[in-house]
Amino acid sequence: MSAAVLTPADEGELAEAIRDARGGLRILGGGTRGAGAPGPALSVAGIAGVTLHEPGALTLVARAGTPLADVEAALVEEGQRLPFEPMDHRALLGTEGAPTIGGVVAANVSGPRRIQAGACRDSLIGVRFVDGTGAAISNGGRVMKNVTGYDLVKLMAGSRGTLGVLTELSFKVLPAPETEATLILEGLSDAQAVAALSAALGTPFEVSGAAHGAGRTVLRIEGFTDSVAYRAGRLRTALARFGDATAEDDPERSRAIWRAIRDVTDFADRPGDVWRVSVKPTDGPAIAARAGAEETLFDWGGGLVWLLVPAGTDLRARLGDFAGHATLVRADAATHAELGTFHPEPAPLAAIAAGLRAKFDPRGVLNPGLMG
Amino acid sequence: MEMPAPNPSVLSRRAQIAARLREVLPADAVIDDPVETRAYECDALTAYRCPPLAVVLPASTQEVAAVLRLCNREGVPVVPRGAGTSLAGGSMPTQDSVVLGVARMNAVLETDYDNRTIRVQAGRTNLSLSDAVAEGGFFYAPDPSSQLACAIAGNIAMNAGGAHCLKYGVTTNNLLGATVVLMDGTVTEIGGAHLDAPGLDLLGVICGSEGQLGVVTEAVLRILPAPEGARPVLMAFDSSEVAGACVADIIRAGVLPVAIEFMDGPCIRACEDFAHAGYPDCAALLIVEVEGSEAEIDMQLGLIKQVARGHSPQEVRESASPEESAAIWKGRKSAFGAMGRLGDYICLDGTIPVSALPQVLGRIGALSQEYGLRVANVFHAGDGNMHPLILFDANTPGELERAEALGAEILRACVAAGGCLTGEHGVGVEKRDLMVDQFSAADMEAQMRVKDVFDPRWLLNPAKVFPLAQSQARRAAG
Ligand SMILES: Cc1cc2nc3c(=O)[nH]c(=O)nc-3n(C[C@H](O)[C@H](O)[C@H](O)COP(=O)(O)OP(=O)(O)OC[C@H]3O[C@@H](n4cnc5c(N)ncnc54)[C@H](O)[C@@H]3O)c2cc1C
Repeated sequence: MSAAVLTPADEGELAEAIRDARGGLRILGGGTRGAGAPGPALSVAGIAGVTLHEPGALTLVARAGTPLADVEAALVEEGQRLPFEPMDHRALLGTEGAPTIGGVVAANVSGPRRIQAGACRDSLIGVRFVDGTGAAISNGGRVMKNVTGYDLVKLMAGSRGTLGVLTELSFKVLPAPETEATLILEGLSDAQAVAALSAALGTPFEVSGAAHGAGRTVLRIEGFTDSVAYRAGRLRTALARFGDATAEDDPERSRAIWRAIRDVTDFADRPGDVWRVSVKPTDGPAIAARAGAEETLFDWGGGLVWLLVPAGTDLRARLGDFAGHATLVRADAATHAELGTFHPEPAPLAAIAAGLRAKFDPRGVLNPGLMG
Repeated sequence: MEMPAPNPSVLSRRAQIAARLREVLPADAVIDDPVETRAYECDALTAYRCPPLAVVLPASTQEVAAVLRLCNREGVPVVPRGAGTSLAGGSMPTQDSVVLGVARMNAVLETDYDNRTIRVQAGRTNLSLSDAVAEGGFFYAPDPSSQLACAIAGNIAMNAGGAHCLKYGVTTNNLLGATVVLMDGTVTEIGGAHLDAPGLDLLGVICGSEGQLGVVTEAVLRILPAPEGARPVLMAFDSSEVAGACVADIIRAGVLPVAIEFMDGPCIRACEDFAHAGYPDCAALLIVEVEGSEAEIDMQLGLIKQVARGHSPQEVRESASPEESAAIWKGRKSAFGAMGRLGDYICLDGTIPVSALPQVLGRIGALSQEYGLRVANVFHAGDGNMHPLILFDANTPGELERAEALGAEILRACVAAGGCLTGEHGVGVEKRDLMVDQFSAADMEAQMRVKDVFDPRWLLNPAKVFPLAQSQARRAAG
């Protein structure tokens, strides 16, 4: 097995590389998000570039290997952004390199704004990919309303390269807000905090971030300056029973708060395994109690629970049966292998997923074993 | 409309199949009297009709599973049906099929304001969902114009949209979980009240699969807190091109309206005659609605009017009261009814990049002349989802066919402009044969592979979505 990385320069070369594969390939974007399958590496970094940005139609199309930073830079120039605020995994995982837009989509990476603007898959409106037989396939397109044929766009988002290697992605983008502010409540228990987040998310004040960790409960509001001030004021009143919220209305400092939550930076330099548990928000505190973690961060109004536990902890065993799922995000390879990265699925769904993989990748060359 | 020849072996077992269905369902849940099955012979694409072999109206997920298990064993095609408002013939039966209607399954199972979700049986109608959570100050966002009648089941199967999806997204963006029964009777629970699914996004591919992958019996949907207020502004322009350019500039300006609706001259005049909403007589008008507090609305509408002024509008009419808001929306909401008065019409649903609006409108005008048929345009302009309405007279021999041919040309023009055949109504039987204009053989093959996995015998709604020639081998092998 050669250590060389295959780096096709276009979709045609990629298809050829896949057709030529005699065993499993490890599909790479920027390689910053860990969790790869064994086998020689196939990188899409050479298939790069923003191919279309139409600000008046809120659309951007980019090839999969385009660095996320390039996509974001193109958008900033027009006062726009990706709505779903993708996490940067580098600090948490200790990885290097440049995250690519293809990697973001392959892992359906979505940050705090997921509660308001949707996940990566919700902004994704078109894909091109090469399947395990080497066929180039297009689905969706560049328009934001499209129900023509099956929605393989959603299927590809989060499929981690196991159904096909993404080559081009289209997004619905949004205007970036004029400013933002963060309301901060201190000293709430997990249960009180999630109650406060639920109360806030039940108001019409368009909360775009709702998190709790390290004794601080934070809520983000974005938009035009006057509107942010108005909504922050109304929200403070609405939350008075949880304490007197302070407002961070310096947009830079507010942004820093949410970057840290997005990237789970509090866990970055601490030893141990990191898990991410997805549940309905009001179940979050009970999950955290059962997990007995060293550190806990609630995002998504309580529905996304980040847990730092001693290395090798079988968190799923600790949690027992619950409505939701737990993903192992950071651990050594042995722990990933022993516990499994992804939550076991109910048998009928696992059978469908296996059936889809067998259809899209009949020879099992695309990240084999990564998802089951 | 070409449909596959019905399976003679199924037709010959008609009585036996009905008897078997009665073994697994209460007697009143099976209809096979030809007079009664006529009520299910079509959906809202009324030009095409075909009474089914039988109709079943199960009342629970278990009953749905029993029906599917039976039909799978007997090799009988099943056509799932919600409220039958599909404009694409999605729920149109075939002669050898059992129509499985979920209308009896219409309960709200759980309302959860803390987690902002509602769990319902899939036969629940769209509007009644918003009604159910209104007392808590919430609403369900996707709002198809048919929302009074259409069911969540059909909304999920078609990935329905509505006037407000520029801000809130379409069905797939508001669907968190579902109970789905596979053709072999297996009951699956996908997703739930949590925000993301583990593993592959199966819910994402089921949504919009037009009843071909499984029967949805329950759904967990996101509900949202109702905005403090909303207010529309109506803007009249002397050409469609200018109105189109104004739409793009509004979006660029950084405001995100909840809705940007567009009507052209023919449509405006028809609506005026019908609803007397007091619309100005102009070539094109936009209705733009924003949400928030009074001050927030003032600010956003101020910005929008400023952008519009750059396009020299003929008139700008901002609502000053709930009555005026209702008047502004009145004409738009009655558009389909108004067109119905002018005669028969076909409602198209292509989507185009907003930037291509002027060009495509021009092309539609030229095609309309060429075919000698009137076309009125009304659509969700913010997201480029057009609804050209082709007027024709069904009693004039050949005119339906001519209207359909014109429709096909218009949809091809949408695809050529970088858009797609259907933005929210679905492919059904109506646009089945146009799929080749948008997709390569490999693209369609990839989609059909998904069906192979969920429904290996191709018994669920089999003659829809894919051109018959493309799906022939698979349907025959079933
Ligand atoms: C006047 C009018 C206006 C409309 N406006 C809009 C609009 O603004 N936006 C929009 O998106 N649509 C619109 N539509 C189209 C239609 O209302 C939608 O497609 C709607 O989602 C269909 O819902 P239904 O319950 O009537 O489904 P049906 O017509 O019964 O079925 C539609 C499809 O869903 C499948 N299906 C039904 N039930 C199930 C189930 N339980 N499991 C799996 N599959 C199932 C059927 O097989 C079929 O393919 C409009 C229609 C009319 C007549």
